Amino acid sequence: MLQTALKPGAVGDSTFRETYLKAYRFMLLARILDDKFASLYRAGKIHGGVFLGRGQEALSVAIGLALQKGDIFAPLIRDLAGRLAFGEPVIDAVRTYLGSPLGPMRARDGNVHRGQPKEGIFPMISHLGAMISVVNGALLARRFSGVKDTVGAASLGDGATSTGAFHEGLNQAAVEKLPLLLIIANNQYAYSTPTTRQFACHSLVDRAVGYGVEGYSIDGTDLEACVKSLQQAASKARSGKGPQLIVANLLRLCGHGEHDPAEYVDAKLKCLPGGRDCLKAAEEEMQCRNWGHPEMISLWRSEAVHKVEEAVATVQREPGPDPYKEDWSAISTKHLSEGNG
Amino acid sequence: MSITYLEAIREAQAKALADDPRVFIYGQDIGAFGGAFKATKNLAHEFPGRVLDSPISEDAMVGLGVGAAIEGRRPIIEMQFADFSTVGFNQIVNQAATLFWRTNVPCPITVRLPCGGTMGGGPFHSQTMESIYAHYPGLIVMTPATVEDAYSMLLEAVALDDPVVFCEHKLLYYHLKADKLPTEALPTGKARIAREGRDLTIVAYSAMVHEALAAAEELAAEGVQIEVVDLRTVKPLDTDTVMASVARTGRLLCVGESWPWGGVNAEVIARVASEGFGLLDAPPRRLNAKDTPVPYHPNLWAAHRPTARSIATEARKILRS
Repeated sequence: MLQTALKPGAVGDSTFRETYLKAYRFMLLARILDDKFASLYRAGKIHGGVFLGRGQEALSVAIGLALQKGDIFAPLIRDLAGRLAFGEPVIDAVRTYLGSPLGPMRARDGNVHRGQPKEGIFPMISHLGAMISVVNGALLARRFSGVKDTVGAASLGDGATSTGAFHEGLNQAAVEKLPLLLIIANNQYAYSTPTTRQFACHSLVDRAVGYGVEGYSIDGTDLEACVKSLQQAASKARSGKGPQLIVANLLRLCGHGEHDPAEYVDAKLKCLPGGRDCLKAAEEEMQCRNWGHPEMISLWRSEAVHKVEEAVATVQREPGPDPYKEDWSAISTKHLSEGNG
Repeated sequence: MSITYLEAIREAQAKALADDPRVFIYGQDIGAFGGAFKATKNLAHEFPGRVLDSPISEDAMVGLGVGAAIEGRRPIIEMQFADFSTVGFNQIVNQAATLFWRTNVPCPITVRLPCGGTMGGGPFHSQTMESIYAHYPGLIVMTPATVEDAYSMLLEAVALDDPVVFCEHKLLYYHLKADKLPTEALPTGKARIAREGRDLTIVAYSAMVHEALAAAEELAAEGVQIEVVDLRTVKPLDTDTVMASVARTGRLLCVGESWPWGGVNAEVIARVASEGFGLLDAPPRRLNAKDTPVPYHPNLWAAHRPTARSIATEARKILRS
């Protein structure tokens, strides 16, 4: 059952080249948008925390690209690249971070807690592992409706694998043989806790056997490996092979949030496999393969910067939420609401 | 022909499954086995593929219900005992209860909690959870006291677009009987005057309605007329009906099987004291279970929970003041 994704060949066909470049552009956009959120945070323009995906974009974008329109995605806090690749508009992220009432969460929830359930993006609660069973439920509902050719992805970090919800959710998906992609970004730290204090198994992918699901262990900084493994896993899930557990080894290249200087990170990890910056690695790979000229990359970069600046400027002109216009009702059946204090 | 409270719950689920293809039931041992209490007896056979056994995973059971609700289904999640819903608590109060407010997507999930004490149930098969769930915004909490309400309110729970915590009392399962199933019911959120009286209002819900009615009968022999209000749903709380009753009687006793600290009784008294202080001729009082885990032995259990006798004793104190 356990598989280690094959190191893909160095030469890809033109279709893969297109996919790779598309993935890179989403990674670039995500990095630039993340950097913007970090600077807005430092400028005091963001009300709550800021959580970046720096160093995890290759894995994240691979999830977004392996999914199709109509699939389900319950992202991790570091999945900006995957969200963009799955179709989340840049302005949704900006509006949620800046608390605009025009955003999908209408200023009621913020930062990474955003989504559009009817578009297949499930907004996370803060309790780790809790989104797995929600994705399972949506997939089961689709089975009831006779919908085929669908998958749902739940993205987690290494810390979430220690929760009861993770166990219950993965076991449930395995029992029902649901088309679930469970992606673990093992970024070496859950907030400040290193993996040695998080789990005692040799590799988290060893757990796949215990749950009776297929497992993949990949280098989360290798864009090609991420894209190909996620596509393979998604295609298996789609064809009825049940849940697929993908464990990607990588390093979080930022604090848990922007409030966290992350002085606890062992500097040696950056020199180990999985410790490199996946965005730079992808750029180097593109140069080696002669895919994309530096001028083109530079153009993409300025386009991404423009897109981000435009979205931020737009949202900064939007008025904040008006507490006097808020209906203060937590339920949809208004006449049964005890709200309004 | 007569039908029990438990059979009414079974019949309501059969009707919900028959009438609405979006409905399914998910829980432990509920399939071919028919559930620990047989609340889903034969339903897996009658509705193939729509009554599913779950692993012993309360958290994932509720989470699955939420995901299915997002996709337009109407899940009924059976907890084997209300006590075990603490393991699924996070998904109920943080996932199901916040979904609509956060996303504008309704979450029509019904979580059935077989609750309350029975002889020999002990600390972990006896709890009443309504006060805990009512505390959280985003949930409707139903506590039916009659066979008719068990049936009609469960159908209403499934039909509502919001998450409903349905507290069904195990002590009423087999003993409470009605001649037939109802064809009409009071609307959700409306309390019922279970007995009319002019001297004292007892507000109760779930199994305590029957203890309150028995106490009222006992006190009637002493020439005292007790009015019993059955809340039916504790959230939303029908303050108007309670207030109108207190306006008639001037005296209030709240009775609940849950623990005393905070909770439904405290909420009712707080509302009456703040909005209807002038209606009261005596300080309002409350009677709850004792502030310990629910005891195992019947002798201890009978003294732990409010009973007709302890309710009557408490009522006499108020009537004397």
